[in-house]
Amino acid sequence: MEPILNVKNLTMNFGGLKALDNVNIAVEKGQIAALIGPNGAGKTTFFNCITGIYEPSEGHVEITPPGKPTQRLNGLKTNIVAEKGLARTFQNIRLFEGMTVLENVMIGRHCRLKSGIISAMLRPSAQKDEEQKAVSDSYRILEKIGLDKYVNEMAVNLPYGAQRRLEIARALATDPFLLLLDEPAAGMNPQETKELDELIIWLRDNEDLSILLIEHDMKLVMSLSDNIHVVDYGRKIAEGTPREVKSNSDVIKAYLGDDSEDA
Amino acid sequence: MVTKKEIKQSFFIALWFIVLTFPIMVIKINTIKHTVLFRWGNILWVGIAGFGASLVWNYFLRMKEEKKKTGVKDDIPVVHRLLQNEKFRNPFLAAVGVFFLAYPFIFPMYHTSIMITALVYVMLGLGLNIVVGLAGLLDLGYVAFYAVGAYAYALLNLHYGLSFWVVLPISAMLGAICGTMLGYPVLKLKGDYLAIVTLGFGEIIRIILENWDSFSNGPRGIPNIPAPSFFGYQFEQHASVVYIYFIVIALVLLTIFFVNRLENSRIGRAWIALRDDEIACQAMGIDKVKTKLTAFALGATWAALGGVVFAAKTSYINPMSFTIWESITILCVVVIGGMGSAIGVIAGALVLILVPEYLRAMAEYRMLVFGALQVIVMVFKPEGLIKSVRKTYKFEKVKE
Amino acid sequence: MRLFNIILGVAVTGILGFFGIKEVLADPAYFFALLLGGLTRGSIYALIALGYTMVYGIIELINFAHGEIYMIGAMTALIVSTVLGLWGWNSAVIVILAFVFAIFYSCAYGFTVEKIAYKPLRTAPRLSALISAIGMSLFLQNYVMLAQTPGFLPFESLIPDFEFWEPFADIITSVEMTIIATTVIVMILLGILIKFTRIGKAMRATAQDQIMASLVGINVNRVISTTFVVGSATAAIGGVLIACHVGQINFYIGFLAGLKAFIAAVLGGIGSIPGAVLGSLVLGISESLFTGYFWSEYEDVFAFVILVIILIFRPSGILGRNETSKV
Repeated sequence: MEPILNVKNLTMNFGGLKALDNVNIAVEKGQIAALIGPNGAGKTTFFNCITGIYEPSEGHVEITPPGKPTQRLNGLKTNIVAEKGLARTFQNIRLFEGMTVLENVMIGRHCRLKSGIISAMLRPSAQKDEEQKAVSDSYRILEKIGLDKYVNEMAVNLPYGAQRRLEIARALATDPFLLLLDEPAAGMNPQETKELDELIIWLRDNEDLSILLIEHDMKLVMSLSDNIHVVDYGRKIAEGTPREVKSNSDVIKAYLGDDSEDA
Repeated sequence: MVTKKEIKQSFFIALWFIVLTFPIMVIKINTIKHTVLFRWGNILWVGIAGFGASLVWNYFLRMKEEKKKTGVKDDIPVVHRLLQNEKFRNPFLAAVGVFFLAYPFIFPMYHTSIMITALVYVMLGLGLNIVVGLAGLLDLGYVAFYAVGAYAYALLNLHYGLSFWVVLPISAMLGAICGTMLGYPVLKLKGDYLAIVTLGFGEIIRIILENWDSFSNGPRGIPNIPAPSFFGYQFEQHASVVYIYFIVIALVLLTIFFVNRLENSRIGRAWIALRDDEIACQAMGIDKVKTKLTAFALGATWAALGGVVFAAKTSYINPMSFTIWESITILCVVVIGGMGSAIGVIAGALVLILVPEYLRAMAEYRMLVFGALQVIVMVFKPEGLIKSVRKTYKFEKVKE
Repeated sequence: MRLFNIILGVAVTGILGFFGIKEVLADPAYFFALLLGGLTRGSIYALIALGYTMVYGIIELINFAHGEIYMIGAMTALIVSTVLGLWGWNSAVIVILAFVFAIFYSCAYGFTVEKIAYKPLRTAPRLSALISAIGMSLFLQNYVMLAQTPGFLPFESLIPDFEFWEPFADIITSVEMTIIATTVIVMILLGILIKFTRIGKAMRATAQDQIMASLVGINVNRVISTTFVVGSATAAIGGVLIACHVGQINFYIGFLAGLKAFIAAVLGGIGSIPGAVLGSLVLGISESLFTGYFWSEYEDVFAFVILVIILIFRPSGILGRNETSKV
């Protein structure tokens, strides 16, 4: 079976700098895959290349959504990538500050809704139903993520951990088949991290999702991941199960002397 | 409390302002008659004003800091709380309705005419609020679309004899088209660049209107624009003003109705998302191009409608009505009223347009006060007089 | 995209060049007059554009009120020279004092404006600071209009017709020569200030990274104030010079001049000081040629059209750097 995300020979140049150099990464359906590496290794750049924020200099990004043929993502605009079923969160939280928690999630529903300007102004019954459904769908998602008590709060007023979870909720609302999480546990306390761990596993098992995450919290990565990809200086240096990666000499070398990386 | 240190500081600031304003406030030259007038009295006024302003300024700055530190969440503005209160809501709206219905019959024509102007600004403000307040695109050339509407009516009427009612939808469409045309080249621009380019567009339109004589009759403008007719019946002057008043009321109601719906729709949310974070917004599957263009187009539509009413009301237009200062006045309405807040914009338009009209002594200082208010509002109350409040939803907890 | 830009540029230059050469050959004196006029105009733009570009380089704000600072400089010079003239002072002393006061007051206003309208908004969204800047511009214009006069005031040239310049006066007047020479001197001084002095280094550091600069002990507030003061000083010089050149001023001259200078700064690449100078000269000369050969009524439109074209095809300007936003 085709992997649902298949990245081949991805290279990204910024001027003379090679942020990514010939990276190959494949994510299988139903997998939790992790992308790790020291700071500045090019992990977030990798996400940006896949999601169309940057256009890769070379290489192929292909997806095979469940029940659909394989497609190329290179050069597609960010919003089209989201429509195709790749949703992401951001390392530095990027919520919509002027909106409530529920509305943040409803933004995620945006690309699955149809109503345009005219119907928004005239509000025919089809639009009303759609809007009503969007509201209840979004609320359902908040319930799943455990944020329903904040539903009408402004997003900025949430505690930090809840903001990270809200980013996940918002991404889920786009109906993705692959969830890209950029350091979801950054800044969380151990309790919050544990809840996040459970949430991610729950998402894979119950929501039919595949997950690719960037994370520095090694304990979380090791306990969660089915498969780990390691990058350093823009190159992929290792791949395998948590056990294999832990004992890989290149990986140890890349991390050597960098205590901060394993918590 | 005001401390001794603050008083001392304010004293020096007052001195500084006296020095600062000396040549311009105290000396008045007349280079034609070659005379110089020293207005020593102004030193006193500047000193007192500087001292007082400094005290107040520091006090509020400190309050703002403290508020930030204690992290008190801002309350919902009174108006919103009242409007959410079912008991109060209907009587209040009824009272407002009765007031505006009775207005032209109670007050003389002059006041009706001023109210029309203010209501046109309500429309313009609500339109610009879509662009600036909701979508976060600082448009300083908004007046260009107002001009498009006004000239569309004037010219279509002059050359083809089209009536007000025919031109109204045409100009709305023209506005939308022009809005899209402006929006397209500036899609990539952000914040300040966008402001300057739109300002440029606004000025280009005005300069063209001033210089393209054969098209727009140049600076002389277009006179004798007819007032709207009522199914072919033309009112005499007084009744005509009342009639226009009700047309404007209807248009304003329609605007509020639509804008309110848009704000809490899929499109409206997309605008706000775009304003808050462009990248996250796209990553959530929102088409940036489409969202920006709809904001520009819709904003321009209302400006054009306002322009048609303006032309019909004044019966004479020339390019001088469409300068950059007009754009900035509308921007003030939005910013001071409360960006993104429809109620705020309505209140802002009524206050900012009506107050200087009635305080004739103040009219001269209008732009001075507007400028100062813009700074003060941005420093102390960036959300405006009545800040926007997002819609809340109620849910039954699903039992499992 | 890049190739397309180059082709477009070459094509436009070619077409303009073809017609240009024909026109120039028909009347070379007229062409040189326009060229020098453009150079003068460009010099003035450069003096103002420096303020925009320096401020933008450091706090990423379009200082909308900068044009008004320039206007206040010209106004102060006019007031001082008129008063002293009536008192019968020596004209050389008047010139010097007029410049000194103009520079002092522009700097003082620039400094104060920053403290009132921008400093409290340093961490606020950029839209807020921009609106505050527009408000400040509006306020200053109306303040001068109300305190002085809404009409134009004739401005007697402070710069005499130098005798030694007489042989060249047909080609370029004393005033124009003074403007160009002053601009060159100011540019050199500014270059030295920024390249070699302590405060210049602090400015460059702050422009690159404000937080880092403050961590290594640079007083960021002071650097920002200095930037405003320096920018205001050059604007004041520009203000006095242009007032001498045009011969009349009013409260409104700052608006358009400021806008044009801003356009010049964007054209050259905002944030870059050589860019501002280059952009100003390019804008001044092309404007002068455009109005001289084509439509003079559309003089102001021309600058805006250039701005729009630049921002669409090369948003970072001639000498600016490309920037990618961080995600």
